[in-house]
Amino acid sequence: MTVTTLRRLTGDQKHAPSAHSTLDVIRVLYERVLRITPETADDPDRDRFLLSKGHGPAAYYAVLADRGFIPDGWLDRMGEWHSRLGTHPDRVLIPGVEAGTGSLGHGLGLAVGVALGLRAQGYAQTRTFVLLGDAELDEGSNHEAIAYAAAIQLPLTAIVIDNQSATHGWPGGIPARFPGWSVSMVDGHDHDEIEHGLQVRSGRPHLVVAAVETKG
Amino acid sequence: MRETFIATTTALLDEDPRTALVLADISADAFGPALRRHPDRALNVGIREQLMVGVAGGLALTGMRPYLHSYAPFLIDRAYEQIKLDLGHQDTGAVLVSIGGSYDAAGAGYTHQSPGDVALLDTLDGWTVQVPGHRDEVPAMLRAAARHDDRVYLRLVEQENSRAYPDAGKLRVLKRGGPLVLAVGPMLDPVLAATRDMDVTVAYTNTPRPLDTEGLRLLTEAEVVVVEPYLAGTSARLVSEALNGLPHRSLHLGVGRAEVRNYGTWRDHARVHGLDEAGLRRSLQDFLGTGA
Repeated sequence: MTVTTLRRLTGDQKHAPSAHSTLDVIRVLYERVLRITPETADDPDRDRFLLSKGHGPAAYYAVLADRGFIPDGWLDRMGEWHSRLGTHPDRVLIPGVEAGTGSLGHGLGLAVGVALGLRAQGYAQTRTFVLLGDAELDEGSNHEAIAYAAAIQLPLTAIVIDNQSATHGWPGGIPARFPGWSVSMVDGHDHDEIEHGLQVRSGRPHLVVAAVETKG
Repeated sequence: MRETFIATTTALLDEDPRTALVLADISADAFGPALRRHPDRALNVGIREQLMVGVAGGLALTGMRPYLHSYAPFLIDRAYEQIKLDLGHQDTGAVLVSIGGSYDAAGAGYTHQSPGDVALLDTLDGWTVQVPGHRDEVPAMLRAAARHDDRVYLRLVEQENSRAYPDAGKLRVLKRGGPLVLAVGPMLDPVLAATRDMDVTVAYTNTPRPLDTEGLRLLTEAEVVVVEPYLAGTSARLVSEALNGLPHRSLHLGVGRAEVRNYGTWRDHARVHGLDEAGLRRSLQDFLGTGA
């Protein structure tokens, strides 16, 4: 069970709220949406998920362990010497991780590239998802990717976990920062709502705003 | 060192209305009192490091003295072009203060590490780079930087020497003997430990830019070893220029270029890069011969 698995993870107390805020979205992704298993983790037409909000990977690791991508035993040594699990994920060390992240504002640009690469190679059914935090939207690189994805009608899905942690907030709402994108607003803990938002295929970039309790 | 920086910079904000602080969320809680007391010039722009440097450049254009702060990879690597253009190209200055260094954030991985920060600044003109080896070296650096408008980078890390040498802007000799071993910042204690029974001269500096090239030339006879807590060889060009015309052999020790995909602590990473006592001793003996 993922919640139990998550409790095993220690050594990252600072980012614990970030980890828990993403848990339900990542569970729904892996349990209901993504076409990927440990056996297909290297298939070129697998769906892709990038955790741009790399500073809260505990939930991600817990789901990867529950789904069989990594052994449970890895969870007890996160951040230690000779552990494969850092407090930010590294794609070179962890099966199933698509991108090494931790520095904010990189995942969305990478996801645009992944979606373009898949499209260029004819993988029309393969979907690309990227998860960000609302505070992470501060980084200007996100807004370059948002505008470009809209301009080229790129069908990828970005999930923003909204725990109202952006330093100066987002007056007008987060969707106003995604012009040209279709939008779903969901309860970040309601699995059916999350799934409904993630299943939208609008023919253009799609934003899922997953609201959770306010940080702190 | 981080706490010393916060206390000193908070005091500077209280004392001098020319002082400004620009943050990008990192350490905003610790600077809470300063942000509340000086909302017009103590600013947190959010997680926007490029903007942090741009805002600082603008503040400097109006005659203020901005202090900026974040983890080294976000402050230097990420905002490099803003540092180059919004400060250097405008012929203005600021005081950049980083934490994290090469591998303090060992458990966080490479995204939070910047072994190349000083090398990046070396591509630019007019930067003073200070690498304190002890927290008590930090206040004087910050206060000195408040008295002018030049470009200053302070690199704060967890690793510290057992004692402070506040007067180590120029090379300070701590041990006299044979070949010169120059230790930068927190490399001093491991260098002293590694060379305790070697016939070498050990000099220390906490200000590698501008490098005390005159002192380096005076102290070098035929062999010099530079031990830096960032990319190995960062100072090689300056050492070569300083010793121009003087036949010599040099060895540059520091952090390797290959990414260490491992976690643990800064001590684990220091060991892997050969910057602990045992690693330094091996490198020095290989270079100088076991009779050194």
